[in-house]
Amino acid sequence: MSDGTGSARTSGASAGGTGSSSDLTRLSAAELSTHLASGEVSSVEVTQAHLDRIAAVDGDVHAFLHVNAAALETAAQVDADRAAGVSLPALAGVPIAIKDVLCTLDMPSTSGSKILEGWVPPYDATVVARLRAARMIPLGKTNMDEFAMGSSTEHSAYGPTRNPWDLTRIPGGSGGGSAAAVAAFEAPVALGSDTGGSIRQPAAVTGSVGVKPTYGGVSRYGAIALASSLDQVGPVSRSVLDAALVHDVIGGHDPRDATSIPESWASMEEAARRGASGESLKGLRVGVVTQLRGDGGGFQAGVSQRFSETLELLAGAGAEIVEVSAPNFEYAIAAYYLILPAEASSNLAKFDSVRFGMRADVTGTVEDVRGATREAGFGPEVKRRISLGPYALSAGYYDAYYGSAQKVRTLIQRDFASCFEQADILVSPSAPTTAFRFGEKMADPLAMYLNDVTTIPANLAGVPGMGLPMGLAPEDGLPVGLQLMAPAREDARLYDVGAGIEALLEQQWGGPLWAQAPALG
Amino acid sequence: MSEITPERVAHLASLARIALTEAEIEQLTGELGAIVDAVATVQQVAGDDVLATSHPIPLVGGMRPDEIGETLTTEQALAGAPDHDGSRFRVTAILGEEQ
Repeated sequence: MSDGTGSARTSGASAGGTGSSSDLTRLSAAELSTHLASGEVSSVEVTQAHLDRIAAVDGDVHAFLHVNAAALETAAQVDADRAAGVSLPALAGVPIAIKDVLCTLDMPSTSGSKILEGWVPPYDATVVARLRAARMIPLGKTNMDEFAMGSSTEHSAYGPTRNPWDLTRIPGGSGGGSAAAVAAFEAPVALGSDTGGSIRQPAAVTGSVGVKPTYGGVSRYGAIALASSLDQVGPVSRSVLDAALVHDVIGGHDPRDATSIPESWASMEEAARRGASGESLKGLRVGVVTQLRGDGGGFQAGVSQRFSETLELLAGAGAEIVEVSAPNFEYAIAAYYLILPAEASSNLAKFDSVRFGMRADVTGTVEDVRGATREAGFGPEVKRRISLGPYALSAGYYDAYYGSAQKVRTLIQRDFASCFEQADILVSPSAPTTAFRFGEKMADPLAMYLNDVTTIPANLAGVPGMGLPMGLAPEDGLPVGLQLMAPAREDARLYDVGAGIEALLEQQWGGPLWAQAPALG
Repeated sequence: MSEITPERVAHLASLARIALTEAEIEQLTGELGAIVDAVATVQQVAGDDVLATSHPIPLVGGMRPDEIGETLTTEQALAGAPDHDGSRFRVTAILGEEQ
């Protein structure tokens, strides 16, 4: 869609590359950080390897909407500073992909919508500014469902992203681009945003790790808002430690976001490193949420099987498995699909054909032009949700719909509080199924919404959640995700426990799950 | 039974400022009807004694010091606009002919 994409694609003539170049793309951000610091590799080499990989496979995967034409130049500056003895942050020189929902000064930011095609924001999102301050290398902007409304990237105005494990299937959504980029070794780490599961569900279906931090834990300044009481920005990676490293870079108070929590945070990196020994699992009370284990149907057999096996593994490692009940989670999707449209209809009012974005070429008053612009610029899912918003908020219906949904939210928070009295951490599958096929759920919006059944409660209550791989489903050989949830402000606990579980599983698999991913390109 | 009629969808679309086509109104009538029926379950759950939650993590304050910081220049603010005259956004007529 842009010059940046074209130039990067042609620059990677040696695509798929030499042994060393493809090896660099399989290293973690933590490993790259070590190799860069020791001078074994340069940031230019690492960045070039990833650009080559993008050139080789992104024609199939379509994870990127825009590739950063200045990536190599930025990498060269890091290398020059390192050579000059400048003290650099740990992730300096490590590439990262950025979801297109985040504003970037030097790259278009479309949020997957035609209405913002080609728009270059006049400022960086705080999280992007923090990546730059950490001297990371932005590789480009990743594909997503339009304004983050969707679970498959099929609602992107620029065409879907394909799942690297099976190109005939969806990569999850809305952040399918970031998850696919990481799973296809086009980037070691990425940023996503999660309003109802848009980091965790794509992580699940692509065998990646993704974290939705505590609401208020990471700044949303410069994140194009979907539903402001639910949205949270977070990391996507191939390992728990890498997610922690990125979380430490982007997290913490931002005076530009009024919902940002002012307290300081524990180091997620330390938690992940500590957790890898598995010591934290001994005596840990792991709560299995009855309502999220799919006993009532709708969950794929292979997902349930891997989940049961993971619980057995945890018990074997000394964890105490307790069954906990959250009866009001049953109403989470209903509450979410009232609260989200209400907030989204208000947030998307800013696309008025006056200040930024497209303007339809029609005559008439400013109101006529606005209506025609939004008709031409928004896709079907956006139109559905922002028409539903005014309904939920209208006089005569407010109490019955929006008001009731907000009360359900209170009850869901109480359920979480009760569960966390009985357990230190809550677990469920990250998604009810593995990656589904393109088109499978497009004709039925409600079927698509149900895919978020396991992830939505955490957003409604503001608690942090992590998705990490727990194996492949026997029936289709596709990745299955495990979700961990911790009390608000206890994000470090996710990394501690997540790293322990990851180590146990990798011991069983004889290496990381991504080593089993099919070759591309 | 759903309360969503084509007339209501047309009204909602006008509130959302989208000039929907007739075909879209027809399709959305069915889709929004199904969604509204599905989400109506929220009405069965909470009694009058339950307070509404509008914000998941209550924060007090959230105000930054009242200091002059960086702001966008006029040029930056206008840079992404579909049309402008160098100092202001330019729009088509704000009043219809009948006014």
